[in-house]
Amino acid sequence: MAKITLDNLAHSYLPKPESEDDFALKELNHDWQDGEAYALLGSSGCGKSTLLNIISGLLRPSHGRVLFDGQDVTDAPTAERNIAQVFQFPVVYDTMTVRANLAFPLKNRGMPADEIARRVQKVGAMIGMEAELDRKARGLTADAKQKISLGRGMVREDVNALLFDEPLTVIDPHMKWELRTQLKKLHHDFGHTMIYVTHDQTEALTFADKVVVMYDGRVVQIGTPQELFERPAHTFVGYFIGSPGMNVFDADIEGNAARINNVRVPLPAVYPFGSGHMQIGVRPEFVRLAEGGEGVPARVLRIEDVGRHKIVRLDAAGQEVNATLPEGAPVPAGADRIVFDPAGINVYENAWRIAPEGRREAA
Amino acid sequence: MTDTTAAPGAASIPGDVTAERNRATTARRFRPNGSAIVMGLYLLFLMLPIYWLLNMSLKTNAEILGTFSLWPRDVTFENYVTILTDASWYMGYVNSLIYVVLNTVISLAVALPAAYAFSRYSFVGDKHLFFWLLTNRMAPPAVFALPFFQLYSSVGLFDTHIAVALAHCLFNVPLAVWILEGFMRGVPKEIDETAYIDGYSFGRFFVRIFMPLISSGIGVAAFFCFMFSWVELLLSRTLTSVDAKPIAATMTRTVGAAGIDWGVLAAAGVLTIIPGALVIYFVRNYIAKGFALGRV
Amino acid sequence: MNKTVNQKAWFLVLPVLVLVAFSAIIPLMTVVNYSVQDTFGNNVFFWNGIRWFEDMLNSERMWNALGRQAVFSAIILAIEVPLGVFVALNMPKKGFWASFCLVVMSLPLLIPWNVVGTIWQIFGRVDIGLLGYTLDAIGINYNYTQGYFAAWTTVIVMDVWHWTSLVALLAYAGLQSIPDAYYQAAKIDQASRWAVFRYIELPKMMGVLMIAILLRFMDSFMIYTEPFVVTGGGPGNATTFLSIDLVKMALGQFDLGPAAAFSIMYFLVILAISWVFYTVMTNLDKRDVR
Repeated sequence: MAKITLDNLAHSYLPKPESEDDFALKELNHDWQDGEAYALLGSSGCGKSTLLNIISGLLRPSHGRVLFDGQDVTDAPTAERNIAQVFQFPVVYDTMTVRANLAFPLKNRGMPADEIARRVQKVGAMIGMEAELDRKARGLTADAKQKISLGRGMVREDVNALLFDEPLTVIDPHMKWELRTQLKKLHHDFGHTMIYVTHDQTEALTFADKVVVMYDGRVVQIGTPQELFERPAHTFVGYFIGSPGMNVFDADIEGNAARINNVRVPLPAVYPFGSGHMQIGVRPEFVRLAEGGEGVPARVLRIEDVGRHKIVRLDAAGQEVNATLPEGAPVPAGADRIVFDPAGINVYENAWRIAPEGRREAA
Repeated sequence: MTDTTAAPGAASIPGDVTAERNRATTARRFRPNGSAIVMGLYLLFLMLPIYWLLNMSLKTNAEILGTFSLWPRDVTFENYVTILTDASWYMGYVNSLIYVVLNTVISLAVALPAAYAFSRYSFVGDKHLFFWLLTNRMAPPAVFALPFFQLYSSVGLFDTHIAVALAHCLFNVPLAVWILEGFMRGVPKEIDETAYIDGYSFGRFFVRIFMPLISSGIGVAAFFCFMFSWVELLLSRTLTSVDAKPIAATMTRTVGAAGIDWGVLAAAGVLTIIPGALVIYFVRNYIAKGFALGRV
Repeated sequence: MNKTVNQKAWFLVLPVLVLVAFSAIIPLMTVVNYSVQDTFGNNVFFWNGIRWFEDMLNSERMWNALGRQAVFSAIILAIEVPLGVFVALNMPKKGFWASFCLVVMSLPLLIPWNVVGTIWQIFGRVDIGLLGYTLDAIGINYNYTQGYFAAWTTVIVMDVWHWTSLVALLAYAGLQSIPDAYYQAAKIDQASRWAVFRYIELPKMMGVLMIAILLRFMDSFMIYTEPFVVTGGGPGNATTFLSIDLVKMALGQFDLGPAAAFSIMYFLVILAISWVFYTVMTNLDKRDVR
């Protein structure tokens, strides 16, 4: 088990990258703490698989270094890094039995037979496949195969990290929950460093201690699920996490207030004047409906009842706005204004969140 | 004031990225590569005999027989001119192309519905029928040469293009059915059902929706039909004498009173390679997938 | 896939049935007809029972041809299948060179078979052929029209030249279908190159490889044109394979009865062996599905 450090890491698939756009992964410095469970979250093509493959050594970064516990492994082949990886589609050796599949990585490392047998038995129990150990892997269901892939990683007890590349994509929904719970338990019991790539926010938020959000080849925010929810560092994070995502308005910032469509909106603190494109972001949970008086004029388009709460879709001067109301809370009949809870407002300049004056926060 | 530049990953690209990459690729290029050597040797083995044929086709007979040279000393196109100006020569190519195209069209036209039936429905005797079809692919042309000759003579089709095209259907239709069935199996049945629910008739569905879905399969089947019809000689020679004589049979003409006309023989050989090479060029991006016959 | 029962599907199969029946059943009937009759010429035939079959079964000529044929097919399968797989493993996976290899490798497959014969006939000649000339120059006595060994070698090398690419292309197609993740997982599991081949590549290639073996077996068993052009079946009868012998008998000597009996037995042998292949293949398929 190890701490993984990414030092000035960047990667381009082009032989001679010229502009920043040529980089699939833009420059990045980060420490993955030993024993934590991380989720790497982002939409398809944002560079998360590239990052994962660089860590596992399947891809050599075009720039920067990868360190395991302070030791440079940038040029070390996958085998030397001692990591395990589970892929999107289950990889099993079809012609082998489940037992032989699980023993394969140990056999290749020349481990004595009795030790192999002991560990295979243990892992077989862990993934709940003891009964099928002597079956051919061919013809098993997708989730059974994925469990074997996982088992092949777990069987090496000393791995530096366990990497998951969207491992539950091909698994039935009801099995997803079970496998994810199992993964959490494994993490809890064995304390491996785990990095879990996914584009599913529910998966990321329920699995990880820390979520790393990526967008367009760049890490935009690293934080706990709560941080991502309350203080999205980038409008993408606000939009990507939460359902529905954060409402973003173009605004003029005037100290402790913002102006949207010529309506004054109070801010929780005093913000510096920015020269870039200024916006404010408000999660639907912090939008309230009102009738007349203060607030931004808006028209109710429709109301969706999704069980635990209601989503109200509104139109504010041509822009769609979402508000969520707790179940049971009535929608005011003549609602024509929206009011924001100041505590739930974040201010953005050129899509990046800016901190209010006189306060220091971690990004 | 604002902290946009300090945002993660926003740092500019370091200047030495390009230089470092260059060094890496240079080092890689000069490392001896086992695979490249194997492929080089194998391709050389494939190309040498063809090169030799090309080499000979550009020489005069005197040079072919007189001196041994690895490349033509004075290049001559005389041999090609002989072929391309003599109707009895170049009509051989025309004849071959006519029956090959005819055969490809007939084979696909009958194989498409049959393959659909085999891939979608089960009916009395389907498995036996399928195997019986395949056995025809295993029938040695030598067995059929004489009966074909008699059959087509008796119905007045001897020495026509259609006779050769029909004869080649013997092995091309089963192959086409087999290939197409493989590709069709890969198309989910729900697509058919959706189309029928949407009110498509079978014919319209088949042509408008289904055929585009398996277009690569049709291409592959056409490629194989073309290939096996083009390269076959025994049947096409047996079933023709003058009017539909294929180029491959015409080539035996080069044996004259003064011995074999090597230059013209070589030139004719080179010209028979060209249609195949053209077909390959057009399907080059589908070859790998196509050779799997939809069965990987 | 679950197929629905639909007897109307016969209508879709009908065109194929009619066409193939016309080109297969009628000629086959003729063959059967000949095989049980004898003639004094002038198209007068009389019933001859199974005498031709008895004759052929007792004929040393046919057994020799069958023996040569079996040896030939066995040798070329033993060379072409491993060589084809080996070549496929070494082919570039993508990019310009992959296309280049594919195009060059397909080339021999699309050359008319008699031209293939002509190419090798020329290539192997001691006076004007590169191969023959070179071998002669380094002191190897090589003459495929005279030497038994030289004739066999030429015919086999020619077949390897002609058809190995088919095996290689099929194997390559199988290899292409393996997702990258398998290779990456193997790296992580520290699998050796041999283990990658044995446990990942070979199982994935098995299906197409069976097709390759089946096609190569059938076609090599029916080979006629190429060796006929190069050696004419000689020297002596050294390279007279089944088809060559059959054509000699039927079209050369017009021994229609024996030739027809020969044809039928020939066909049955191919059918029997192919049926074994086919059964093995479909069983493999089924195992894949389960």
